[in-house]
Amino acid sequence: MQFLNGITLLLVYQLVGEVAVRLAGVPIPGPVLGMVMLFLTLWGRGGMAESVTQASTALLSHLSLLFVPAGVGMMVHFGRIADEWVPITLALLLSTVITMVATALIMQLTTRWLIGAGAGQGGRADD
Amino acid sequence: MTDPGLTDIWVYLSASPLLGLTMTLVAYGLGYRLYLRTGSNPLANPVVTSVALLIGLLLLTGTSYDDYFAGGQFVHFLLGPATVALAVPLYQQFSRLRQLWLPVAISLTLGVVIAAGSSVGLAWLLGASTEIQMSLAPKSATAPVAMGISEKIGGLPSLTAVLVVITGITGAVLGTKLFEWVRVRDDTAKGIAMGVAAHGIGTARAFQVSAQMGAFSGLAMALSAFATALLVPWLVDLVSVWLVPGG
Repeated sequence: MQFLNGITLLLVYQLVGEVAVRLAGVPIPGPVLGMVMLFLTLWGRGGMAESVTQASTALLSHLSLLFVPAGVGMMVHFGRIADEWVPITLALLLSTVITMVATALIMQLTTRWLIGAGAGQGGRADD
Repeated sequence: MTDPGLTDIWVYLSASPLLGLTMTLVAYGLGYRLYLRTGSNPLANPVVTSVALLIGLLLLTGTSYDDYFAGGQFVHFLLGPATVALAVPLYQQFSRLRQLWLPVAISLTLGVVIAAGSSVGLAWLLGASTEIQMSLAPKSATAPVAMGISEKIGGLPSLTAVLVVITGITGAVLGTKLFEWVRVRDDTAKGIAMGVAAHGIGTARAFQVSAQMGAFSGLAMALSAFATALLVPWLVDLVSVWLVPGG
């Protein structure tokens, strides 16, 4: 019953999110808005029911399984990937490296400028 | 195959969602076992192996993707509630965020713009079609979000799903080496970079390095999913208006 309550709540937030983005005509996926609303609810209430933690842990621990049917959809796009495999491969590899390095350097520099040296290290996760 | 019964059974199975759903779970189970066997080697990512196995089986049996997806859609559907569920780890790590909120906000925003800008820019320079550029744009966000954005901006959602997985694996394999080369030592900075560039697959790798790196990577994955959904469609609009005068 716990799990059922949790998954029901997640579906309700997704449903509200889907309806809201359609009504407002904003280019955000409905589930993302659902995520934000659930986060605000948890924050506002200062905690969450065990059922929500259970359902989300169950879903997120098998997150990669959920990508499989979409990944199989690649077979429909074989021709397109074969035609453009050089730009796809290069753009993907280089962009991932650039993003990773730039984000890490920006985070390290801004932490040191704004918070002080050593703030990013060590175990002081909370005040 | 002289027994007509077997043909009847195959006709029944290929028309029923049962086969596609069961195949998906069995293939993933096999892929996951292989992943554990190789000592959690990121190259043996269970998504890659199970997708390869399923495509091989479908091509061998001459089954169309639509017939397979009649069963696969039940797994695919769960991406929606899984996205909503990301609110939970985000809330659990919220107290860590308070101390570092400004550096995190700056690096996340710039990171998301760099991820989308560099992939579209490079693909454009290398002569890829618009459809491919748009499919690449959200590649660093987690798959359910990336697929939703891809659909909105004119990419191919199923191609985006594949690109997202490859991006995650690339980040997980190269990440720690890259951080060494550019001398980034803070676990918080490494975690944020991993989550922004390589979403959930990068986050799994970050947890192997340290709990703090993993927590910040999970946080960055959830926040950048939202930032990507907000910024990327808007950036695409902006650039297309700018490139096509009067458009």
